[in-house]
Amino acid sequence: MVFVTDPRQLANIEEIIELYGLNAPLWQQYFTWINEVFHGNLGWTQVVGMSVTDAINNFLPATLELAIFATPLIIFGGIWLGTKAAANKDRLIDHATRAGAIAGWSLPTFWLGLVLLMIFYGFFTGLFPPERLSTEMNVIVNSATFHRYTGLNFLDGILNGEWGVTFDSLRHMVLPVLTLSVVNIAFIMRLMRSSMLESLGKGYILTARAKGLSERVVINKHARRNAMIPVLTVSGYLFAAIVNGVVIVESIFNYKGLGWWAWRTAINLDISAVLGFALFNGVLFVLTNLVVDLLYARFDPRVRLGGGV
Amino acid sequence: MKGLKFFFFQMKRNPLSIAGLVLIVIFTIIAVFAPLIAPTPEGQFNAYMIPRDGYGSTPKPPSDEHIFGTTEGQYDIFYGVIWGTRTAFQIGLIVMGAVLLIGIFLGSIAGYFGGIVDEIIMRITDVFMAFPPLILAMAVTIALGQGIQSVMTAIIIVMWPSYARVIRGDILAIREEDYVEASRSVGSSHLRVILRHVLPNSIYPIFIMASLDIGAVVLMAAGLSFLGLGVPEGYADWGQMISFARNWIVGTPSNTFAYWHTVWIPGLFIFFFVMGWNLLGDSLRDILDPRLARR
Repeated sequence: MVFVTDPRQLANIEEIIELYGLNAPLWQQYFTWINEVFHGNLGWTQVVGMSVTDAINNFLPATLELAIFATPLIIFGGIWLGTKAAANKDRLIDHATRAGAIAGWSLPTFWLGLVLLMIFYGFFTGLFPPERLSTEMNVIVNSATFHRYTGLNFLDGILNGEWGVTFDSLRHMVLPVLTLSVVNIAFIMRLMRSSMLESLGKGYILTARAKGLSERVVINKHARRNAMIPVLTVSGYLFAAIVNGVVIVESIFNYKGLGWWAWRTAINLDISAVLGFALFNGVLFVLTNLVVDLLYARFDPRVRLGGGV
Repeated sequence: MKGLKFFFFQMKRNPLSIAGLVLIVIFTIIAVFAPLIAPTPEGQFNAYMIPRDGYGSTPKPPSDEHIFGTTEGQYDIFYGVIWGTRTAFQIGLIVMGAVLLIGIFLGSIAGYFGGIVDEIIMRITDVFMAFPPLILAMAVTIALGQGIQSVMTAIIIVMWPSYARVIRGDILAIREEDYVEASRSVGSSHLRVILRHVLPNSIYPIFIMASLDIGAVVLMAAGLSFLGLGVPEGYADWGQMISFARNWIVGTPSNTFAYWHTVWIPGLFIFFFVMGWNLLGDSLRDILDPRLARR
């Protein structure tokens, strides 16, 4: 692979135009591009000075770290709150969570992030700082003796026995994960509440109660399991929401992951990087939706692949 | 008329929908009377550019001259948020209007005619829906070049497919109704059938969706502006005003919240604007669509 990385290389501009086929008709250039993409070449990103595939490889672990903590928080937090609200319908707890959900759903992520920083970084000086690691820990992580097994700081810290790194990276992740989660918890909670209410109105719930089962078993087993199917349906959407959120969250917290890189490339008009990032996410998004569809058939016996309506 | 009365009766019963309506009315008043509330300084060419008081970077706290203070670059926050209301309405309403037009047009063609036309239009929506929305919007904005028009175009491109799909789905069901066949059999043209019989029976869910999505549109535009991809610097836009504030979250050693106004004021404007639309959309859904009613 050859990339133009320096303006001085442009001395032989005719040669470069010829080399990259820039004088070919558009459709031909397009097929060249597609062909390169299928061979794993997404171009060069000027912002970080490496190829786009390398950049994705480099920045993915940081973002993965956020997603590993945010996703369970969003799903279980949302399901738990939604169940609570539905089980206590029209009582104080229901009104409170509902108001919270509407407010959370209306919160601009970027504003929430700044407000959290203002409190937990400004007021409680340096309690939960931005970026990925503090300077001292960065030195440890980049030293020769520290072996990068996964690229995930908190895991590598454990594996290397450097607990300071683990602790430090967790401390840096608190605010980004929280910011990423609040809006989406509100979304899952609303969905869970209404699907829970529908499920609680079904005949089998009446049967379960008539059998004398405790209210806890009725809600946690009979109602909730059935009510969770819509949540599964939207998990593809949830993936998109997290990726969207990551761009904004990482740019606020200066947390150097995929989202941060995408933001830098976007404001620096690093076109091939933006394209590469969008393509990468598109592929992931489609795969996620495929997995969700398969899981759907697995968990809901009413759905049979290939069957009729 | 009776329907309208019932509508208002329903609205009155739900305090949350009243709150939403009140918020939107307040913002509408702010937007309409922006030139009176925050007069444009003499000799300024474009009213949407926020006037600056000097060029220092440190924000100044609220004072008599600048009642909400100034943000980074001495942009007047009060002027910015008032005129920013207009920007928000413009983005929300124009984008939604265009999304509805495109969505309804392509969705009804796909649903009504079916077959190959349907297949082509739906595969096109698939392409657009294969990307996370903000990422696609970012890419499109960059491709079109910075500016408020690019942001609006980008959001329209991101949003129309889901509308086209919903419309198509509803029309697929209604197309089979007897009254459609009856109308066809007396010789109505396709256009007449679509406009007079099919659309009026399938359009409500779309309007509910639209009112719920205006908040999302404004949030996305603000997000793009915050990232530095939206309006040019100094344009009255809430998202950009928050991005001015991002270097000032820590404050001074003696007062950690010294620059709170730069973050909180534009942030609260976005928050209440979006919440107003969400509350309104929620109650519209409860009232107009009993199938989805909140139990």
